[in-house]
Parts: sequence; structure tokens; C-alpha cells
Amino acid sequence: MITRTTTYKTTEAAEVSNWFRAGSVDDFPENGGSCIWYKGLQIAIFNFSTRDKWYACQNLCPHKQQMILSRGIIGSFQGHPKVACPFHKKTFSLETGCNLNGNLEDLAVYPVKVENAYVYVGFSF
Amino acid sequence: MTKIVIVGNGMVSFKFCEKFSSREDYGQYSITIFGEEHLPAYDRVHLSSFFENGTAEDLILAPSKWYQDHGIKLHCGMLVTGIDRYHKRVQTLCGHSESYDILVLATGSHPFVPQIPGVEKQGVFVYRTIEDLEAILEYSKTIDDATILGGGLLGLEAAKATKDMGLNTQVVEFASRLMPRQLDILGSEALQRKMSELGLKIHLSKNTSEILGGDKINGLRFADGTAIDTDMLVISAGIRPRDQIGRECGLTVGPRGGVVVDDHMRTSDPSIYAIGEVALHNGMIYGLVAPGYEMAQVAIDNITGSTTSFNAADMSTKLKLIGVDVASFGDALSSSEDVIPIAFNDPFSGVYKRINISKDKKYLMGGILVGDAESYNLLLQMYKNRMPLPPHPEDLILGARNGAGAGIGLEQMPEQAQICSCENICKSQICKTITSGKAENLGELKEQTKAGTGCGACLPMVKDLMELTLKSMGKEVRNVLCEHFDYTRQELHDILKVKEIKTFQGLLESVGTGDGCEICKPAVASLLASTWNELVTQQATIQDTNDRYLANIQKGGSYSVVPRVPGGEITPDKLIVIGTIAKKYNLYTKITGGQRIDMFGARVDELPEIWEELINAGFESGHAYGKALRTVKSCVGSTWCRYGLHDSVSFAIEVEERYRGLRAPHKLKSAVSGCRRECAEAQSKDFGIIATEVGWNLYVCGNGGANPRHADLLASDIDSNTCIKYIDRFLMFYIKTAEPLNRTATWLNKMEGGIDYLRDVVVNDVLGIGEELEREMQFMVDTYKCEWKEVVNNPALRARFKHFVNRNEPDPTMAFAAMRGQKVPVNWGS
Ligand code: SRM
Ligand SMILES: Cc1cc2nc3c(=O)[nH]c(=O)nc-3n(C[C@H](O)[C@H](O)[C@H](O)COP(=O)(O)OP(=O)(O)OC[C@H]3O[C@@H](n4cnc5c(N)ncnc54)[C@H](O)[C@@H]3O)c2cc1C
Ligand code: SF4
Ligand code: FES
Repeated sequence: MITRTTTYKTTEAAEVSNWFRAGSVDDFPENGGSCIWYKGLQIAIFNFSTRDKWYACQNLCPHKQQMILSRGIIGSFQGHPKVACPFHKKTFSLETGCNLNGNLEDLAVYPVKVENAYVYVGFSF
Repeated sequence: MTKIVIVGNGMVSFKFCEKFSSREDYGQYSITIFGEEHLPAYDRVHLSSFFENGTAEDLILAPSKWYQDHGIKLHCGMLVTGIDRYHKRVQTLCGHSESYDILVLATGSHPFVPQIPGVEKQGVFVYRTIEDLEAILEYSKTIDDATILGGGLLGLEAAKATKDMGLNTQVVEFASRLMPRQLDILGSEALQRKMSELGLKIHLSKNTSEILGGDKINGLRFADGTAIDTDMLVISAGIRPRDQIGRECGLTVGPRGGVVVDDHMRTSDPSIYAIGEVALHNGMIYGLVAPGYEMAQVAIDNITGSTTSFNAADMSTKLKLIGVDVASFGDALSSSEDVIPIAFNDPFSGVYKRINISKDKKYLMGGILVGDAESYNLLLQMYKNRMPLPPHPEDLILGARNGAGAGIGLEQMPEQAQICSCENICKSQICKTITSGKAENLGELKEQTKAGTGCGACLPMVKDLMELTLKSMGKEVRNVLCEHFDYTRQELHDILKVKEIKTFQGLLESVGTGDGCEICKPAVASLLASTWNELVTQQATIQDTNDRYLANIQKGGSYSVVPRVPGGEITPDKLIVIGTIAKKYNLYTKITGGQRIDMFGARVDELPEIWEELINAGFESGHAYGKALRTVKSCVGSTWCRYGLHDSVSFAIEVEERYRGLRAPHKLKSAVSGCRRECAEAQSKDFGIIATEVGWNLYVCGNGGANPRHADLLASDIDSNTCIKYIDRFLMFYIKTAEPLNRTATWLNKMEGGIDYLRDVVVNDVLGIGEELEREMQFMVDTYKCEWKEVVNNPALRARFKHFVNRNEPDPTMAFAAMRGQKVPVNWGS
């Protein structure tokens, strides 16, 4: 079984060694997410258009190990951007990956940048 | 010196004196008054407070000494019986005669008493003077109940007064609504509900044909043959101007009474003026004091040599004393094409508000406020001064809750500030009652402090103060949606409609804060769907995942496919199609508890293909994924069953096809049984229909599931059309008023008045919204589209059904095991 501790690890902005071209801006619905494939990992990327921001995290929900977070609803909790898992509505910070309504493991999160209408995710590997 | 004689010493007469005597040129005039009543002018507007204080003194506008001090000769208790216009003299009953240069008629009006047989009996009263009230008070001591004839402004005030005396009080109104001059039907209904809550019984559309009893009244009979018992009758059936002396001396009077005046308050005799309720200006009698005061001013101006004019006065009124906020202003009842009415009706809180705005949306033309007249003064000022309307005039009645608004300023108010002037309650008393836990809601607060129990004018402020205090204690005050919307679902529904908002983002920008979340987004999505019936796929990312992908997500991330099988009836050919598709895509199949077939285990990328095949074979979406109509189950019914009374299958199909796709606060289920053996289990459904010998019984608000609830009978032995009509109303009312994720059973359990109230709304249409609800439902029916058909035929929408953006492969982590010859998902992680 794949778990976050074994497979997914946050990349800090300073650690980025590879800006991976994930797709064009149009591949990601406004105020919603889509999933990409990177070296055997599934990464959820969110186009938070009302904030004009992009976020990326692991697609795997630590609750019941479901590959699903990209299909979650995004929003904010006291001003803080978050995503809710579609299965049982566990919510996670899009900035830090931490679980906002429980004690689940943190999600791994990744830097995102947009250039010339292409979306890039930063990885340290 | 010009000698002015005034006939009548009422409110307008006094105002005339007050204004005149403060003029610089007053020395050139003298004033003599003849008043029929024994007291000098008193405050008739607050007449009812006589019952509380029991004394007339507080009501007197100015004591006799005031008249003396101002050189006014006041003769109380002298009725003027004739005017000799030729010699310019007036004659009194006691034989006194007085000459005048200028005569002012300020004789007011008297209550209209319809000629009903028995009207002379003891215990029948009118409500106009202190003497009337003294007599009522005396008589009330020996009796238990009272009836007020007339549901107008005054009648309701009288009703409140007799109620407060401890009498069981009923109100009988000839018209079909209360306060027919000020309120429209919805306003009247809102008021009626409030009055009933106060313990007043209201009879509308009742024509009293006889007053029953011997010497004393003991009942009333109506033209429709019904009758009620009563020990007392207070007649408040309108007013008639006291124009007799004017009429007899040949002044022009109107066909229905009133001394005709021109714009300068002059009668047909240039030496005689008429002001107040006796004056007929432009065909109008003004039964209010404010226009009377203005008339007094205009008369003075013209008597003293300037020419001002009286313009059609404002009939705006705010009802006092009856314990309910009621106000109407300007052109309140307008049905003219030049005005656009905007209305807000909340049967639960009892608030009804309507404003009429000009066609160019620039000005406020009038309005009605029932249940909450806090904004009356503001609206009145806007209307009177023709102030330009804000860009969203509906905010005037919905109340802009962000930023400024209610509550502002209360924090800054000193602790000792008087909030309720009737009971002399200050801010700190109210706050302490709440912080000490003695009161948590307005009812308790009023009971504990008596604040707001007098005229009620302070109630909005008391309420704001209460909410502010509760908030400061960290208590949730309202059932607001979430941190992003400070509104309840029902309020948001109204806002969407009134402002014609069609997107989540639009609503958020208009009345919300922040970015939204997993609570408000789907809730608003449901509201938008059940208001505008646009496809949910247009705003896919605000939907829960089931609605976003139009399928139910299952363990492991696969989806299930449930085509609609209306009424559970299916042809062998269609069964074969389902079987073929399930086989082709390797789907697990199962007969559901809802009389249809579920295919499980489809990958997200397979969904459009599967649906394309289903749609080509004549299937459509079953909305198993939506908070929407699920199934209408049927029993086999009269076509086959030996006990069947009607064709339950056909009716189930008709019902299912009518409401298919209808989005609601929660899912909706129904069933139709062909007889009372109830094989379709209709009484466990949100709405269930059971055949009877002569028609159908309609049950509502049943539930299986977690907390089973038997449905309640809403209507019996109705025909199919009536049944559909009631379901239309029932469902739409539910959609509009329920909180998110409340099934109909929960909704009814919380409803004040329960099934009886619901029946009143749906069957008896007491809110008068029946037709509107039907219209709204018909819109939903007419605009229905199969969502899956739209997706299948739209390449852009289809493209969204894909697991990876950058790879054409399915999710490699999805895994299945085998069980009894079919596949099932592997158990999920712990
Ligand atoms: C498929 C089915 C079970 C079956 O195989 O028979 C089913 C499956 C689910 N039911 Fe059900 N219910 C099914 C009939 C029922 C029935 C029986 C009926 O409709 O006659 C009931 C009791 C009747 C009722 O609703 O009053 C029922 C009461 C519930 C409840 C409890 C509702 C409640 O008010 O307490 C839930 C939970 C909820 O909706 O919040 C639920 C929820 C669910 C969900 C949607 C749970 C979920 O979120 O995954 C299941 C989805 C499975 C799927 O993917 O399709 N299901 N569920 C039935 C589908 C009927 C259909 O054709 O659409
Ligand atoms: C219970 C009640 C509540 C009301 N509430 C409101 C309210 O909330 N708001 C509002 O705007 N209005 C209200 N009104 C109406 C308001 O009181 C009248 O519009 C106002 O009093 C009219 O003033 P007036 O001077 O024209 O008539 P009145 O106040 O009736 O005065 C006329 C006087 O003339 C006397 N008179 C008549 N004929 C003769 C004669 N021939 N010789 C000598 N004297 C004579 C009468 O006895 C009377 O005293 C209310 C009225 C009542 C009864
Ligand atoms: S409900 Fe009545 S008519 Fe329908 S199947 Fe059962 S017994 Fe037959
Ligand atoms: S699997 Fe994500 S919340 Fe349960």
C-alpha cells in the first residue's frame, strides 16, 4: 500500500530542481483541480482563480488512502486556502498540507508557477 | 381685528390654534372655539392608552389655561347646530349665537355605524372619544368576550385594547383582507398570522346580517348563515365626516359626505374654511392627523393673506400599539404598469415587505412592511424626498448585512442609554439579562425585562442588542450557512431570485466573503439548480464530486451508473441493453432498493461512453448522484393486481417524469400504491400516493433511512390533477424553505405548526403563494434536460472525464477483486 510517508514528500520553493510542465492553464478548471502524473506519483493541481493562485499537493487522501483529492472542492477556512476530500470531507491546507479538521498526516505540497499559459510544478527530484 | 370662529376642538383645531397663536400678526385676529366634547382637545391618536392609564389627563393636548393665556375663547360642551351664512353667525344647541368674519369647520368625523338589525342593543359601541372608551371599560367588567367589527387600522387597535382588558377578542372583517386600504393580500396574510399569534381570532369575508340577543347583545349572525357568540361589539367600520351643519347651510358637500374645499382649504363660501377629517379635498377624506395638520397650516396661510396650497397628502401610516409592525406608505397597493413591485415574503418569521419602484428604477413609489418595519422611516424619507434609489433597490428590504447595518452604533451607546421608553429599560438591563443566562431569545428577553412590550417601536433595537450580546458571548445566533455567508439557506434563495444571480461567484461577490468552501458551494449549487434549472455541469467545481461527475463515487474511486427507470417499469429490450453494457464494461450489477438497476465499478473516463450507449438506447440520467428526485416506486396496480383500484404504474411514471432532475435541499423519493395494502411503501416516502375508491390520498414527509418516519396525510380523495398541484406546491415550498441536507421529514419536524400549517400552505393556500409555487415548478418541468445527454454531446464537457491531465491512462491504483462471479473493489486502507 502506498502511504504518504513512504512516497510523497513536500518540495519547498527553495529546493526546486525541476520545474515540470504539467499542462496548459486550460487543462485545469477554474476554482477546481485536476490530477497529473509525475514519476509514478499522482499530484493534484488546483487553479484557485478567485485568488489568482495555483496550488499543488499529493492526490492521495491520507484518510482512506484514496487517489482523489484533485476532485475535491476548494475553498477557504478563516481566510486560509483549503481542499476538502470528496469521500469524507477531511480538509487540508493548500499552503502547508496540514489537516484542518482532524489529526491526519499532512499532505505533501509543491510549488506551482504559470508561464506563458503553461502550468509548472516544482519538484526536488 | 378679524374674528375667527372654529367649530370643533379636536386635534386639528388645536393645531390650528397652536400655529396661529405663535404668529407675529396674531394680534390682528381673535379666535373663538366651540367644542362639543366636555374636555379640551386631546390626543385621539393615543386614545387606546386611556385603557392603561384610566385617566384622560395625560391625553389632553393643552389645558384650558393655555387657551386663556393665548387669548382664545374656548367653549367646551357646546354643539354648533346651525350656520347663518348671510349674517355670518353660528348657532349652538343651547341657544348661544356668535358672529364670525372667518369660520373654520374642524368638526372631524364620526364612526360609521352600518344599519344592521339589533345595532341599538346594549353592549354595542363605537371607538372614537374618551366617553366611548369609558363606556366600553365599564361594560367590559361584567363580560368575557368582545368582537370588533372592522379589520382596519382602528379596528385592530381596538381589538388589541379589548384583548388587553382580558376579553377573548375576535375581529370580523367584511373584506377578504385586513387593513384593506393599506395592505395587499400577502401583507394581510402576514398580519393575520401575527394577530392570531397574539390570540386574536380573525374572520374575513364576513357580512354581518344581524346583531343577536335581547336587550343585550349576545351574538352576531352573518349573511352566510354562520354565527358567533359575543358579549360586546365595537363597531369600527370606517368614518363619516361630520358635515351636517355645512350641508344644511348650503355649502358644497361630496356625494359621499365631506365639505368640499379647494387647494387653500376654502369651502364654496369664501369666508368658511374646513380642515381635518371633515374636509373633502380632491375627492379625498384624510383619516389621519398629519394631513389635518398640514391643512391647518394652509388655512392659516390663506386666512392671513398668503396663498399656499395643500397637496395630496401622504397617507403613510405606521400602526402602533397592536404588537405587530405594520406600515404602509406612498402608493402601497399600486397595480399600475408604471411601477415595479419587489416583494419579500418569509412566512416563518412572519415578515412581508414590498416596495414599489418606478419603471425607470429611479424612485421609490410606495411600499408595505409587515412584521418588520424597522426600515419604515428610512423608506418614507426616500419616498417623500424622491431620493434616488440605490443600484440594488431590493437591498432596501433584504437589508445589506455586510458592513454597516443593524447593530452599528449599539456598541458605542452608553450603558444607561434608554432603549425601551415605554417601560424605561436601559441598555445595561437588557445586556445583563442576556449575559446572566436569563434570556436567550427575544421572547424570553421581553418576558424578563418587559422591553419592547409597550408600543414595540424599540423591538428592532432590542433584537440587535440581543444579537450583539449573544455574539459577544460566542453564541451562534442564526442558522447561517457557513463562515462565507451570513445568511440562512432560505435567505440566500430569496437573494438569488430577487437579484437574479446565477453563479456561485456572483453570489459570493454580492453577499458573501472569502472563497467559499465544501459546505456553501454544494448548497448554493443546489439552490441555483432549483431556482434556474441550469445544468450543474456549467459550474462543475462547486458541486460535490457526485454531481461534478454525474455519478456516485465508490470505494477505490470508481463510479456507479444508474439510469432512470420511471415507476420501475422496464421493457425486456431495455433490460438487455443494461445487461450488454454491464458486460462490455465489466460492471457489477445489482437491483436497487429503488426499483432500478445500478451498475458499479466504472472508471471516470468510461462514464461518457457508457452513458452514450445508454442514451442511444433511450435511457436518461437517474440522478442517483444528486440531491434530486430519485425514484417514484410503484406497485403493479389495477392493470394486473386483483385488488388494484387505479393504475398506480402509469401515475408513478407520470409523477417521476414530471419531477425528474428536480434539485432540492436533499434527495426526494416517492411511491404510488394501487390500494391501501401499500406494496409500494408510499408512506415511507417524501411524498407518497395511495389509491382510494374515488381518487388518491397524498401523504408527505415520510422517511426510511436512519430515522424512519411515517408520512402524514396531506389531502384525501383528490383527483390526479389536484394531486399534482399539491405536490408542485409542497415540493417548491420545501425547496424554498428547508435548510441544506434536511429531508422533508426533518423539515416538517422543525416546522412550527407542523402538518396543519403545511396543509394550510399547500392545500388552503393561506400564504397566497400557491400559484407562484406552481408556476415555479412548471418552469422546472419545462426546462428539464438530461444532464448526461448534454455531456455526451459536448466534447468540452466530455474532456473533463479523465483521470490525468498529462496522460491518457486510467488511475493505476484502482483495483478490484472477484465475488460471486462479479467484480468488487478491494477493501480500502485503514
Ligand atoms: C443503491 C442503493 C442501495 C441498493 O443497492 O439498493 C442505495 C445506495 C446508497 N444510498 Fe440509499 N440506496 C438505495 C436506496 C435507499 C433506500 C430505499 C428506497 O429508496 O426505497 C433508502 C431508505 C428510504 C429513504 O431514503 O427514506 C435509502 C436510504 C439512504 C440514506 C438515509 C437517508 C435518510 O434520510 O436517513 C442515505 C444517506 C444520505 O442520503 O444521506 C443513503 C445513501 C446512499 C448512498 C448514496 C451513500 C453514498 O453516499 O455512497 C449509496 C450510494 C450507492 C451508489 O453509489 O449508488 N441511502 N437508500 C439504493 C438506490 C436506490 C435507487 O435506485 O436510487
Ligand atoms: C382610536 C383612534 C386611533 C387613531 N390612530 C391614529 C394614528 O395612529 N395615526 C393617525 O394619523 N391618526 C389616527 N387616528 C385619527 C386621528 O385621530 C384623526 O385623524 C384626528 O383626530 C382628526 O382630527 P380632527 O380635528 O379633524 O377631528 P377630531 O379629532 O375628531 O375633532 C373633531 C372635534 O369636533 C367636535 N365636533 C364635531 N361637530 C361639532 C359641532 N357641530 N359643534 C362642536 N363640536 C363639534 C367633535 O366632538 C370632536 O371633538 C386615530 C383615531 C382614533 C379614534
Ligand atoms: S398495493 Fe394493492 S394494488 Fe398494488 S400490488 Fe399491492 S395489493 Fe396490488
Ligand atoms: S478518504 Fe478522504 S476523507 Fe476519507
